[in-house]
Amino acid sequence: MSSISDLRKMFGGGTSAGRQFGMVFVLAAILLFFNWRTHGLTLGSANMIQLAAQYSYILILAIGMVMVIIAGHIDLSVGSVAAFSGIAVALLINDQHLPWPLAVVAGLLIGAVIGAWQGFWVAIVGVPAFIVTLAGMLIFRGANQYLGNSTAAPVPAGFQKIGAGYLPEVGPDTGKNNLTLLIGLVLILALIYREMRLRSVQSKLHSTMAPLWVSLVKLAILAAIIGYATMLFAGGRPGTSIPISGLILAVLVVIYSYIARNTIIGRNIYAVGGNGMAAKLSGVNTRRVNFLVMTNMGMLSALAGMIFVARSGASGAQDGLGWELDAIAAVFIGGAAISGGVGTVIGSIVGGLVMAVLNNGLQLLGVGSDRVQIIKGLVLLIAVALDVYNKNQGRPSLIGFMTNRFRSGPQPVAAVPVGSASEELPVEAEVHS
Amino acid sequence: MTALPAILEMRTITKEFPGVKALSDVSLIVRRGDIHAICGENGAGKSTLMKVLSGVHPYGTYTGRIFFEGAEVQFKNIRSSEAAGIAIIHQELALVPQLSITENIFLGNEPGRFGIIDWAAAKRRAKELLTWVGLRDDPDTLIKNIGVGKQQLVEIAKALHKDVKLLILDEPTAALNKSDSEHLLDLIVELKGKGVTSIMISHKLNEIEQIADAVTIIRDGRTIETLDVRAEGVDEDRIIRGMVGRSMESRFPDRTPNIGEVFFEVKDLVVLHPQVSDRMVCKHSNLYVRRGEIVGIAGLMGAGRTELAMSIFGRSYGTFVSGQIIKDGKDIQIRTVMNAIDHGMAYVSEDRKVLGLNLLDDVKRSVVSAKLKKISKHSVVNDAKEHDVAEEYRKSLRIKTPTVDEGVSKLSGGNQQKVVLAKWMFTDPDLLILDEPTRGIDVGAKFEIYGIINALAAQGKGVILISSELPELIGLTDRIYTIFEGEITNDIATSEAEPEMLMRSMTSTKKRVAR
Ligand SMILES: Nc1ncnc2c1ncn2[C@@H]1O[C@H](COP(=O)(O)OP(=O)(O)OP(=O)(O)O)[C@@H](O)[C@H]1O
Ligand SMILES: [Mg+2]
Repeated sequence: MSSISDLRKMFGGGTSAGRQFGMVFVLAAILLFFNWRTHGLTLGSANMIQLAAQYSYILILAIGMVMVIIAGHIDLSVGSVAAFSGIAVALLINDQHLPWPLAVVAGLLIGAVIGAWQGFWVAIVGVPAFIVTLAGMLIFRGANQYLGNSTAAPVPAGFQKIGAGYLPEVGPDTGKNNLTLLIGLVLILALIYREMRLRSVQSKLHSTMAPLWVSLVKLAILAAIIGYATMLFAGGRPGTSIPISGLILAVLVVIYSYIARNTIIGRNIYAVGGNGMAAKLSGVNTRRVNFLVMTNMGMLSALAGMIFVARSGASGAQDGLGWELDAIAAVFIGGAAISGGVGTVIGSIVGGLVMAVLNNGLQLLGVGSDRVQIIKGLVLLIAVALDVYNKNQGRPSLIGFMTNRFRSGPQPVAAVPVGSASEELPVEAEVHS
Repeated sequence: MTALPAILEMRTITKEFPGVKALSDVSLIVRRGDIHAICGENGAGKSTLMKVLSGVHPYGTYTGRIFFEGAEVQFKNIRSSEAAGIAIIHQELALVPQLSITENIFLGNEPGRFGIIDWAAAKRRAKELLTWVGLRDDPDTLIKNIGVGKQQLVEIAKALHKDVKLLILDEPTAALNKSDSEHLLDLIVELKGKGVTSIMISHKLNEIEQIADAVTIIRDGRTIETLDVRAEGVDEDRIIRGMVGRSMESRFPDRTPNIGEVFFEVKDLVVLHPQVSDRMVCKHSNLYVRRGEIVGIAGLMGAGRTELAMSIFGRSYGTFVSGQIIKDGKDIQIRTVMNAIDHGMAYVSEDRKVLGLNLLDDVKRSVVSAKLKKISKHSVVNDAKEHDVAEEYRKSLRIKTPTVDEGVSKLSGGNQQKVVLAKWMFTDPDLLILDEPTRGIDVGAKFEIYGIINALAAQGKGVILISSELPELIGLTDRIYTIFEGEITNDIATSEAEPEMLMRSMTSTKKRVAR
């Protein structure tokens, strides 16, 4: 395995891995492009921090959405649910004088209950999720306006932290945010540890190992990226650093990736979306899976809604308009299939970041929101069309092609998947003779 | 015969998939007007060769040359091969279930002008074609409401409509019962009389012996030989020798049954049809299985064999009304498939693509999918174990795939079936229900699967085997239940079973059988 195939693995196996992997390159390319066009503004501390804070709630929605889409459904109601939960929490704090931490818990509960309501219709009654959540979109938008009388409800400063807060300044004055530096360092160490463990497991299993220098180069590149990002986030205006909402997002990404990849429930979600009948006959409780993904989506919608309210300082009637479309677009750019069974959390995050960077970069360049929308629409269309086209042609995607040349260049071993490299291809082996 | 010019010549065809050389230097010559059979083990490359011929794998993705009716052809897609008069009927049928017979026949080839379909003409033509293939159903019937056998005939009607010169049938009778198969084979012979050349892939060697003029044997992506079936001494055994490279003394492995006491019982099971709620699909069914016993279920297509099996397996079919399932003397309340698996039951479904596999998965994930708990701790799946388990089954069942990381959709039909089998063996069941487990499986692999079934029985497990092939039931089982219209009509020790008697029980109700 080389760093490339290893990186590919981060996006899970299967046919969509190619595009998701390619999307990382696209992301890097547009980042560099905008950085060049804006003379370094894009990759500046202030802009990166702002970007992280501004898009964290969409990306949180994308995490829930990719689970829903993998299971073969869709959720159009996330924006309305977010708005409804946001105003409900604001009112709980203002009118019921609930302490804000309790209100956050209440908000998550409200979201979960709404999700369970929609899950009931989808999983138990069997109404298509498109319809259920289209109804939900109307119902909860209306409920938001009913609760708030179509006016804004302000929220207290403590609560605002989850949307507009940053890591605090602690320890000696280094001119940077110390906690951010610490997080960066821990990440790099974790990375090194993981690579070392991987190598030791591989040598125990006697599977082919990449040469040491490959591991080292890979580590060096990743460490450099993390280090650079750390410096960006730690080096902002005093008082700013990694936004709390970004931190929440990061934790969720880790948790949900792990769930999707490594747990039974994660496997079950893919199974239900891939072939529901077969999943059922393999003992998967398909109703429970469908119910869970919808409930989870409701909860994450509420979280996104609260973060947004906290960030803007007040809850209003226009919150969450069009969020569902951004979240869905992120998931599909990130390689999910509309028919279900395919997709990853990381891919969706990358897809969401592509959209976010595009949005941000175009704005910095002074492109009007009209044209930004047109461009974003085209990007979505082209990203998915490219995938469909390449699947029909049986070829790797454009970017997949690029990385293929990469692979067959310095690392011929890379094409052979782990653990079986030592095996003869069984095709030419004797079968019955 | 040999004086007839060849209608088709494929020369040194080589086709590679990533990591797999499916065909290397395969040549095939088919004489005009012949029924030409192609034989070979699962994954030998038969379907791939036909896909190359019919443009599914377009020109440029393979090397070699194809001559059709004397001229070299380079098909870009299926349309272009159809235009030349080649029609292929795939291993997996490609009809639209929600459309009617007529609509399916003309799909993509609608009669009419300016995009407006002339339905009157279409229906007339459909009637004509249906009469030709011997299908008496109303052409307005939806595809989903007719059986596989009839669907197969619709596929042929569709091909005939396109004025076919060369008809390719990939395992046409795999999913058919005896009488439907006979009808189909007769039809192919009849078409031959009208000048249509056919290429037929089949694992049923008796069919080849019965109707084919020539047979080409493919092994590991290479042509081994082409035999003239009409010639002396070319029989099933001769073909098997070509396929597996040695002769097989017996079709069924030896076994000394070691049968214990009854451990599994179904009592008075009543189940209703899921849509038509006044139709019973299990009519007070009773059956039992003893330890180490292989029990067969014989019945015609549509008799309710699969329905019975699925109803037992966690009530996964229809509406449960009443009945008991008793295992090891205890009335186990099995309500869901999960319960059934936990109680040591396994069901290898008849339709692997629809019910058996998630085609998006790779081999290793598919193998462990019915019992993830076994390789998980605290609900976290252990990837390394998963890989090892899959690798073990790949070796023991000889699943032909470059690695266990390969997607199951890339495997040949027979090897997909082995993956499904592995998936259920992995659940380590006490009672294994096999629904047509050898459908589409080559003779060698069949023998292996029989061996596996025997080995499971020898470990004291019970096996229920549903099969459309009476010889298979008679060769393998200890006892056979016959089933007719949802009713179990007879329970016969295999040692006393004869085909005629089984057939009688499979085609009449209990009262009539008793008389
Ligand atoms: N689309 C594909 N991608 C990768 N490998 C493939 C693909 N299609 C077929 N193969 C491989 O090519 C080989 C030949 O497959 P093919 O389907 O032609 O076998 P077959 O002779 O028809 O077998 P069966 O009797 O089981 O249907 C197999 O090893 C299979 O895994
Ligand atoms: Mg085949």
